[in-house]
Amino acid sequence: MIVARTGNEAMAEAMRQINPDVVAAYPITPATEVVQLFSSFVHDGLVDTEFVPAESEHSAISACAGAAAAGARVMTSTASQGLALMHEILFIAAGLRAPIVICLVNRSLSSPINIHCDHSDTLASRDAGWIQIYAENAQEAYDTTIQAVKIAEEALLPALVTTDAFIISHGMERVELVDDKAVPKFLGERKVKHSLLDVDNPVTLGPLDLQDYFFEHKRSEIDAMNHVLPTIEKVQKEYGDKFGRYYSTVEEYKLDDADVAILAMGSTAGTAKVAVERLREQGKKVGLIRSRVYRPFPQTAMLKAMTKVKVVGIMDRADTLSTLGGHLYTECRSILYDADNRPLLKNYIYGLGGRDISIEEIEAMYDELLTIQKSGQVDKNIVYYGVRGE
Amino acid sequence: MFPYEHYLRYDKFPHIWCTGCGCGIVLKAMLRAIERSKISKNSIALVSGIGCSSRTPGYVDFNTLHTTHGRAIAFATGLKLAKPELKIVVVSGDGDATAIGGNHFIHAARRNVDMTVIIYNNHIYGMTGGQASPTTPLGNRASTAPYGSIEPSFDISGLAIAAGASFVARSTCYHATQLDKLITRGLLKRGFALIEALTPCPTYYARPNRLGTSVDMLRWYKDNSIAVERARKMSEEERRGKVIIGVLHDTERTEFSDEYQKLIKKMKGKRR
Repeated sequence: MIVARTGNEAMAEAMRQINPDVVAAYPITPATEVVQLFSSFVHDGLVDTEFVPAESEHSAISACAGAAAAGARVMTSTASQGLALMHEILFIAAGLRAPIVICLVNRSLSSPINIHCDHSDTLASRDAGWIQIYAENAQEAYDTTIQAVKIAEEALLPALVTTDAFIISHGMERVELVDDKAVPKFLGERKVKHSLLDVDNPVTLGPLDLQDYFFEHKRSEIDAMNHVLPTIEKVQKEYGDKFGRYYSTVEEYKLDDADVAILAMGSTAGTAKVAVERLREQGKKVGLIRSRVYRPFPQTAMLKAMTKVKVVGIMDRADTLSTLGGHLYTECRSILYDADNRPLLKNYIYGLGGRDISIEEIEAMYDELLTIQKSGQVDKNIVYYGVRGE
Repeated sequence: MFPYEHYLRYDKFPHIWCTGCGCGIVLKAMLRAIERSKISKNSIALVSGIGCSSRTPGYVDFNTLHTTHGRAIAFATGLKLAKPELKIVVVSGDGDATAIGGNHFIHAARRNVDMTVIIYNNHIYGMTGGQASPTTPLGNRASTAPYGSIEPSFDISGLAIAAGASFVARSTCYHATQLDKLITRGLLKRGFALIEALTPCPTYYARPNRLGTSVDMLRWYKDNSIAVERARKMSEEERRGKVIIGVLHDTERTEFSDEYQKLIKKMKGKRR
């Protein structure tokens, strides 16, 4: 069925079709709508979900972790400060191997307070042990929400699916929904090996774990994250085979014969694709790399993509405040260390607090990358694009 | 004409509040109270969290601090301890102060930290679209309670009294002049002073509960509010469903930042 939906509506539709056992949430701009719409599905009897309106995000994610430990399929939605307030429980959910899925709308973290898009919220949670997948548009947000449930449950790790605040969350687009009945069939029932509701086989979750076994348990969690990529790839393929839309962990766009490329995440990749089209018409050999999956970091695919070109402009919609530049930049530099044919890198930190990024600005970035390719020199590695006084 | 201009940041207008919202009435009452209490505007620190009420500091020319959801009182406690000479005013809402920030609210009252807390109680999360808050009355509708809330609600003033606040008063946006007087008394009180102001939210609270326009809600406050002195003579049955307004609680207790300074002095003396 083809419908017009905003990113928030698309994610809410996916949640309706997934029909999770428990949703616990707390409102926050601009993600409120996802759960607000979902609560109306609860009200209308379209889902069987136990809906828990909590008194803070900390309580909401705690309720989610508890429900997941009991064996339920659990989802919630939040943004920015909401995710920051959940921070403590994010690690606990991952450590408990609770496959919760959060429909997250990327919004700047305070301070200064702001409600618009950048990626500082989820990137600040990058070490929490959650799978992170960044959607480019409403369609992908919808598809990925469904996929994330399957990925999380197979990997026994929680997952965040993100959209860009207002750009995707409130922008209305053409979205193709799959059949209502097909989603539960695709996902199947959640299979739980150890659940709190299994009274015949009681288990203890979350007890004190000191010098004796903490390290082994943490190592097993790291190991789980190390093995997620094949699971993501498998689920993406199953989804594609079934519903016709295929995704990859790292998307390559017109990259094979490109001299230079931009690497971006989220909706900016969509804008950059238009810039690539325009520049290609002028005969400029430019391409795009999109990191769809950010956690776990898709090293191999990223390395393969980046080493196809001579120069990569890495667009980061957040800064690590570490003097090292943005998150993608620092991590890509790290994986290139052992590569033979390393491209030159330039980091563009852009769009903080929702500052718009236009096709023309991205075209200008590509032109700069082409100049770098000719000269073989990057004069300034990290630039803050479109900011006053730069 | 009251000199509001003196207190306003005109470049921040127009404000974001809906037509018929009560936030502006409380804001003006607060400004009149500050003028009346003769506290210089530079010695006031106005602190807020998140929500409709919490947009207040943006519009007024004091030392202002806009913090995170629920944490205004926690930030304000730090402010008070670091600069005890400041007059701390916190503006908050029912969701901000009694849900996500409920912990800070009761503990600041328990410690009796010197601050004036004005809670705009509109019985709903207005900013995010009308979800039920801890003060949504039992049985009333919200976007997350389409069949009526099944949770008993908090009595904010009662909570503050029970937790140890030294001054607690309640009024409504209809009783705007009373509101100034109560806020003035709160400002002049040494200790934790709470003023609960009932404010109409015609957009998200009135609509699902069929309470009419903002004027209808103000009229409802007029018809259903009872002065505390009169209420004390009434039976529980007679008080049911009514809004009891006026000074509900006024007592003297040792104040936290004073005790803290005393302790510092004492320990410094010991070391020498």
